[in-house]
Amino acid sequence: MADTTVHAPVVHHTSTGLSHTKLAMWLFLGSDCLLFGGLISTYMLYRGRTNGGPSGRDVFDIPFTSISSFVLLMSSLTMVLAVTSSARGDWRSSRVWLMTTALLGATFVGGQVYEFTAFYRGGLGYTTNLFGSSFYTLTGFHGAHVTVGIIMLLSLYVGTMKGDIGPDRAETIEIIGLYWHFVDIVWIVIFTLVYLLPA
Amino acid sequence: MSTAAAETDSIPEVHTGERPHPHDIFYVKIALALAAMTGLEVSTYFANFGGFQLPVLLILMAVKFVMVVLFFMHLRFDSPIFGRLFWTGLILALLVYIAALSTFQFWSS
Repeated sequence: MADTTVHAPVVHHTSTGLSHTKLAMWLFLGSDCLLFGGLISTYMLYRGRTNGGPSGRDVFDIPFTSISSFVLLMSSLTMVLAVTSSARGDWRSSRVWLMTTALLGATFVGGQVYEFTAFYRGGLGYTTNLFGSSFYTLTGFHGAHVTVGIIMLLSLYVGTMKGDIGPDRAETIEIIGLYWHFVDIVWIVIFTLVYLLPA
Repeated sequence: MSTAAAETDSIPEVHTGERPHPHDIFYVKIALALAAMTGLEVSTYFANFGGFQLPVLLILMAVKFVMVVLFFMHLRFDSPIFGRLFWTGLILALLVYIAALSTFQFWSS
């Protein structure tokens, strides 16, 4: 199958010719880079401050986190398929992809809860050392972002089921999709810098 | 014609610089490439890449990041204004935190 066009660009009746809602979402994502930049920098500064407690090497389960990362990465694919399905008016497929994305996101969050529990049992609490505090704050904030994304995906699913979100509001799915992909790219950075990078 | 409709009709069409979006199969290919790169990243944890480990990890991370932003987030196909907003925020964040880490002498530790 060729990589042919699915839908042509839409011109919005605004002063810029662009969707202002989408513009606002990109602006929000740009500013969210600063939030996660701060949390990642703090982690990088404190990752060696174990104060006699466990370090990342002691508690991380790389195979498990790799699978979680793969799950979140694939949720980006299902999200983009939900967006393209809605853009061509295939709402049934769009709903299937939205629910799949939400389930993959829930799997990721479930994995994070399991991981946090295992780390806690392994002796790494939130206040054990600066490494623990900065690690839980960074990954916890990301997990909260994913959770918010799941809630928005489920709201979209219900909205499309009830007919509240139809062809005239298909862009809503694209905008929520932007948020979802953003949590994915943040995890791409976290997975490398926190889990894989040698201390 | 309503007042609102008259107002929107009076706004001239603006060329937004958008390009046509690709077919689903294109996104599947991107996802496969991302999955392969993730596999390579994970392999650096178990295999000995020596001095190449750090640069390989950072390059793969950057490539995956840019691929998701350009293709899944449609920056490659959407108006350049969206990209300018995002890249400005990202570059600003990078500069701010590189400066902050330098203040704490992170690079020499």
